[in-house]
Amino acid sequence: MTRRIAVVTAGLSRPSSTRLLADRLAEATDKALRLHGERTELDVVELRDLAHDITDNLLTGFPGGGLATAVRTVSGADAVIAVTPVFSASYSGLFKSFFDVLEEGSLAGKPVLLGATAGTARHSLVLDFAMRPLFAYLRATVVPTAVFGASEDFGSNAAGSLAERVDRAGRELADLVLGREPSGPVDPFDNPTPFEQLLAGGS
Amino acid sequence: MQFGIFTVGDVTADPTTGRTPTEHERIKATVEIAKKAEEVGLDVFATGEHHNPPFIASAPTTTLAFIAAQTERIILSTATTLITTTDPVLIAENYAKLQHLSDGRVDLMMGRGNTGPVYPWFGKDIRDGIPLAIENYHLLHRLWREDVVSWEGKFRTPLQGYTSTPRPLDGVPPFVWHGSIRSPEIAEQAAYYGDGFFANHIFWPKEHTERMISLYRRRFEHYGHGSADQAIVGLGGQVFMRKNSQDAVREFRPYFDNAPVYGHGPSLEDFTSQTPLTVGSPQQVIERTLGFREYVGDYQRQLFLMDHAGLPLKTVLEQLDILGEEVVPVLREEFAALKPAHVPDAPNHASLVAAAGGPKDSTVHAAADDVTGRSPEEVTR
Repeated sequence: MTRRIAVVTAGLSRPSSTRLLADRLAEATDKALRLHGERTELDVVELRDLAHDITDNLLTGFPGGGLATAVRTVSGADAVIAVTPVFSASYSGLFKSFFDVLEEGSLAGKPVLLGATAGTARHSLVLDFAMRPLFAYLRATVVPTAVFGASEDFGSNAAGSLAERVDRAGRELADLVLGREPSGPVDPFDNPTPFEQLLAGGS
Repeated sequence: MQFGIFTVGDVTADPTTGRTPTEHERIKATVEIAKKAEEVGLDVFATGEHHNPPFIASAPTTTLAFIAAQTERIILSTATTLITTTDPVLIAENYAKLQHLSDGRVDLMMGRGNTGPVYPWFGKDIRDGIPLAIENYHLLHRLWREDVVSWEGKFRTPLQGYTSTPRPLDGVPPFVWHGSIRSPEIAEQAAYYGDGFFANHIFWPKEHTERMISLYRRRFEHYGHGSADQAIVGLGGQVFMRKNSQDAVREFRPYFDNAPVYGHGPSLEDFTSQTPLTVGSPQQVIERTLGFREYVGDYQRQLFLMDHAGLPLKTVLEQLDILGEEVVPVLREEFAALKPAHVPDAPNHASLVAAAGGPKDSTVHAAADDVTGRSPEEVTR
């Protein structure tokens, strides 16, 4: 079976360490799924390329340009890997804006793996104090291991190294994905609530 | 097919001069625009309803009645009537009265409104938007069709033995459209009653309109009102025209760039390609508008937004001249030639009366009172 993993990355520089971490998380997830005989389709959503479309969406209310495809990719994925650089003690504004323009419920119940990058490990609690609450609000199922990559991590092989954490996080996400049927969101246009039910106060 | 204009009644500064009209000027301009619409041969003038600045669109029946008194032929409608926050009992009375005063030249478009504080100002909660639209319209529908209504719902005080007056003209309620940009529940509602469905078709890409209309048509057929292609569909649209398209773009750009809803966002070029907005020559508007039919099917009503974003009255009147003289006559002919015979026109008062088997006076005379056992008519006789 093919599992679709959307990889959302909010790094701004090119090359970007945020993208680097996102790619490693995607690779680890892919590896873990293949071990279980699953195929994966990885779709990377680079928010930098969509920055103007995201702002336009905030103003007009609809996704234009490449953003429409990105929104479909993320809401239709079996799992999401979401990685942001730390800006001013939190996720970046661009990262937040992307999740702001998704339709309500797009991530409900969806397995999500979180990652963040910064210059120093002193920002690592951003994962738990900023990112987890956001995805709790979005009703995503967030895997236990979230991965923080400080600059120094990219040159270390010590116990508990980045590589180890990345692999563990990838396995956790794969396990969640394996426990579920591949799913797309229910389309209210294909399955409208019958009017008698609406009239009776149901939805 | 019906062609017309709809207005939201925004009081917006003209970005090219910095001047903002007064409410009085904007209200009077709205009347001029409606009269001009009739003069250039359009079929429909519709006004929105807002209860907050910078709009002058409160009290829509006052505006429409005033226009009705100064016009002969044009249909007066709303775009939209706030079915969520307006008491359906008042809607029933106000629009039946307008129907009598205008000799049947009235229909309505129901909408929910998207201004958060308007709901609490009128004692409602925006989170109840859909349930309010459903319950309130169901009551309105009964008030126009049953002489005496006893009713209990969730959102307003119950009614016992209530008769909404005046009764609809000739015993036939005004035709109703339901408008929504993106809520499938509203398309379902329109389909259930066999009412019209109107897609805003201004702010969102055509794919959204296509999905909404397709759902409405499918459910219209499901509820037994006719085949899907006989459902009654209306579309909005937004145009700005000059003889040469470059002139249109140059003149409209500052209004677009500063427009209240999408201003300071996408470029005019992006928005034109992403939404049905057309800025160009009359011929370009004709071609684009004819293209709407390709994704919604044969439809019954096309309304254009012409007077917004601070465009001066003079410009709006010029736009209406171009629309009425160069665009609509061609569209009428082309759409008519394409439409199969079994696809109906939009219902109007005359067609609804004919379908009901002719006009009937539906006046409800007062019942006998408790003391004399006689009605007031008998007493005075």
